[in-house]
Amino acid sequence: MLDLADAVIIGGGINGLSVAYNLARLGLRKVRVLEKNYLASGATGRCGAGVRQQWGTEMNISLARASIKKFEVMNDELGYYRDIEFKQKGYLMLAYTGKQLEQFQKNVVLQRSLGVPVSLITPAEAGGIVPHLNTEGLLGATFCPEDGHVNPFHAAEAYALAAKRLGVEIHPFTEVQAILVEDGRVRGVLTAAGTVATPIVVNTAGGYSAEVSRMAGVEIPTYSERHQILVTEPVEPLQGPMVISFYHGIYCQQTPHGSFIMGQGDPNEPKGHDLGHSWQFLTEVARKVTWLLPPLKGLRLVRQWSGSYNMTPDAQPIIGEAAEVKGFFLAVGFSGHGFMLAPMTGQLLAEKILGLPTTLPIDMLGLERFARGELIREPSVV
Amino acid sequence: MTEEQEDQIIICRCEDITLREIRDLIRRGYQTMDEIKRASRAGMGQCQGRTCRSLIAQEIAQMTGQPLAEVRIPTFRPPIRPVKLGVLAEAEE
Repeated sequence: MLDLADAVIIGGGINGLSVAYNLARLGLRKVRVLEKNYLASGATGRCGAGVRQQWGTEMNISLARASIKKFEVMNDELGYYRDIEFKQKGYLMLAYTGKQLEQFQKNVVLQRSLGVPVSLITPAEAGGIVPHLNTEGLLGATFCPEDGHVNPFHAAEAYALAAKRLGVEIHPFTEVQAILVEDGRVRGVLTAAGTVATPIVVNTAGGYSAEVSRMAGVEIPTYSERHQILVTEPVEPLQGPMVISFYHGIYCQQTPHGSFIMGQGDPNEPKGHDLGHSWQFLTEVARKVTWLLPPLKGLRLVRQWSGSYNMTPDAQPIIGEAAEVKGFFLAVGFSGHGFMLAPMTGQLLAEKILGLPTTLPIDMLGLERFARGELIREPSVV
Repeated sequence: MTEEQEDQIIICRCEDITLREIRDLIRRGYQTMDEIKRASRAGMGQCQGRTCRSLIAQEIAQMTGQPLAEVRIPTFRPPIRPVKLGVLAEAEE
C-alpha cells in the first residue's frame, strides 16, 4: 500500500464509493477507500433497495429528487457493464389516521413545490394502482410514479468500477485501527498494513460511524438500530409500486427479479450493533402484509436478515466537516435512507471537501446543528 | 474448457447462473463467496446455496490458489426451507 493519499475514505458502502467517485471526477488524484469487510457488506447490501422522493422535509425531498435524477442516468454516467435495475413503478404511501392524512397533505404541498410529481389519492384510486391492496380502513394515500427500486449491490459496484477507472484505490478487508490527529488537523490513518498519511479523512462507516468518529476524537450523536427484512421466492410481476404503511410500520415491494422484499420498523428495538434475526419478526410481518396484500399469502419466504439504521436525533444525515478536527469529514447518520440519497451525498460532500460551491445548500446538515438545537426533524421514516 | 462450454454448465440452478458467469466474477477480482453471491445472485434462490455453495468454493480455490478449507462460507440465514407467508401469518408466537 502507498503511504501517501490526498484523501482516505473509511467505509466501502454506497456512500463511501460515491464520495470517492465524485472526488476523483472533480480532480482529486490519490483517493483511497478502506473497507474492513467486502464492499457493500454493511447497510448498503442489507437495505430494502427502495428509492423515494416522498419525504417530509425540504432537505430530504431535494436530496432524494436530485438522487433519483442521477439513478435514471447512472448506467450511462458510470459506464456500468451491467444494469443497476432501476424500476420506477412508484411508491404508494398509506394513511389510516386523520393525523397521518394531515401530515401527507402537508408533505404533498411541500413535495409538489419542489417539483415532485406526487398526488394525494383516494382509497379507490389506491386500489386502482395496486389492485390486490386491501383498502379496508384506508383513509387516503399518496403516490409518486417516479419512486421505486434500485439494486444496491449493482449500484455500489457501478460506483466502485467507475471510481477505479478514475484512479481510486479500493482496499476491501482493510480495517482502520486509528486516525492520526495533530494540532486539530487530520494527519493520517493507521491500518494493519501500515500508516497512510493524508490531510483528508472521510467517515462513511454507516453503522459504525460513531466508533470511527471517536478514533478522530470527535463525538457524534449517532447510534445504530437493527432493522429486520425478508425476501420471498421470485414470481411473475404482480406489484408495481412499493407499498408503505406507517400505521403498520411496514414496507413491501416486488423487485425486477420477481422476489418481494419487505421489512418492519420495531419501535422497541434496542440501540446497538445486533444483526441477528427473530421468529417474531417473521410472524408479525407475515400477518400484516397478508392482511394488507392478501395474494402474498401464497408466496414463500426464502431468507431473512437484518441491517443497521444509523440514526441521528432528527433522522437527518450529518454531512460536512467536523469543526474541531480540520480535514475530518462526515457523511453519516442517514437514519435508514442512506442508499437512496447516495448519488447526491457523494457529489455534495466531494464539492464541500474540495472547497467548491455545493450544488444544493447543505450547511444546515453539519454536526454543529445538534449543539445549536437546530434540528430538522424528518417525520416520514419507517 | 471453452467459454461456450462454460456457458452450458449451470452452477446455481435456482437463479440460473452459469459457470462462465461465476468465473468472470472471479476474474474481475471477487475472491469471496459473499461477494459472488451478491454480484450474481448465485445462492440466493429457493435452495439458498445448498447445491452451488461448494461448487463456487471450489472455483474460487482453483482460480485464486486459496486452499479450499480457507474459502470463507457466507452466513446461513433462516428459514431452512421456504415457508409460505400465509402459514407464518397463522403461526403461534
